[in-house]
Amino acid sequence: MRRLIDKFPSPGYRNYRLKALDGMGAVEGDVMRLSARDIAIERGGRSIIASLSFTARAGEGLLLTGPNGAGKSTVLRAIAGFLPLAAGAFALEGGASESSIGEQAHYLGHADALKGALTAGENLAFWAGALGSDSSSGVWRGALQRLGLAHVADFPVRALSAGQKRRVALARLLVAARPLWLLDEPTTALDAAAQGLFAAIMREHLDSGGLIVAATHAPLGLEGAETLRLGASLGIAA
Amino acid sequence: MSGSARALFLREWRIARRIGGGASVGAVFFLILVTIMPFALGPDLNLLARIGPAILWIAALLATLLGLDRLFQGDADDGSLDVLVNASLPLELVVLVKCAAHWAASALPLVIVSPLFGIMLAMEARPLALVALSLAAGTPALTMLGAIGAALTVSLRRGGLLMAVLILPLAIPVLIFGVSAASAASGGYAPFAMPFTMLCAISLAAIALAPFAAAAALRHVRE
Repeated sequence: MRRLIDKFPSPGYRNYRLKALDGMGAVEGDVMRLSARDIAIERGGRSIIASLSFTARAGEGLLLTGPNGAGKSTVLRAIAGFLPLAAGAFALEGGASESSIGEQAHYLGHADALKGALTAGENLAFWAGALGSDSSSGVWRGALQRLGLAHVADFPVRALSAGQKRRVALARLLVAARPLWLLDEPTTALDAAAQGLFAAIMREHLDSGGLIVAATHAPLGLEGAETLRLGASLGIAA
Repeated sequence: MSGSARALFLREWRIARRIGGGASVGAVFFLILVTIMPFALGPDLNLLARIGPAILWIAALLATLLGLDRLFQGDADDGSLDVLVNASLPLELVVLVKCAAHWAASALPLVIVSPLFGIMLAMEARPLALVALSLAAGTPALTMLGAIGAALTVSLRRGGLLMAVLILPLAIPVLIFGVSAASAASGGYAPFAMPFTMLCAISLAAIALAPFAAAAALRHVRE
């Protein structure tokens, strides 16, 4: 089954300028675009994705939807560079040419990438340092504050609830600047207020010239985001 | 890049010190292995003093491998490995830094307590010093070899035994040169310098080469 989704700029398309992301090697005035051309992904000899093409532009979100097993997570992992492509290629136009797409992306998967033995603050300080950003306490405290978690900064992560862990994981997106956010079910375990908060954070990232590709079942509250529906026939259900 | 390496080392060090004191458990395991040997061999002090370096080396080998199977698995399970792969540090350096932190947190305590445990095996002062010295030179090689095994078995639930089966044969040269350096002062067959320099060479080669093997294994296994 061939699936070709190409999106051209709509008449109201606005050029989002990159402001906050100069540090990533992007040039002022560039509009970043993530494009996929005829992507095919195979796992264990089985075709998961065939002939998938799309373009995601800075300032617009791209939502991947579809039934379980449609290959949403697989596409995100492939963009991040974790999976080999059987055919096709991803390109991040306007990005830093010397680093891979994965190195310019935040990948937020099902797992929170947090260590239970360390406090929320230690976890975030580590990720800020490991991702080459500023690991001083002002930065990660600000990120925790933004997600309404300032009061748990010194708690070990294993003592936090599932929703709080998820919010600490989301705070990782804020402690290091990367233009592309790859989010796999980012709002799992979040309450309504936190979902609203995260929608505002995503909107801010988009408005500052960032890109978001998110796999989701629930609406993320991203207005104007394009939706790419992956069919079950492509996936494991086939 | 040095900031990233420091952040990773600090995190690994904290985790090792915090979760049930992984480092101290290794040292206690080492103590138990050394303690049960006289029960199995009998209380012949001359025999114990002669084979003491070998006992300490085998105990150190097992205690080092014991803690290594979780070197990458924790990060693979909680998604940290996905983020580390695309962090600013190359995966080879991630392996090297994690091994350095693991060595400092669990192999270094073994080196420090080994003279103390050797006293229980009726060893003299000079053999005790040589055992500690040879362990200090040889355990980096054990840690680096173990990292390859940990990377290969990262996707397996219970990969600990398989890892030991994969790595113990590779550790034989380390054991041979380590024990012959350590027993040079207690009736060994070779003078100290030759096996000790070989041991240093193996460790340096393992530090240089193993990160590439382990990183390649991590990349391949996760696909």
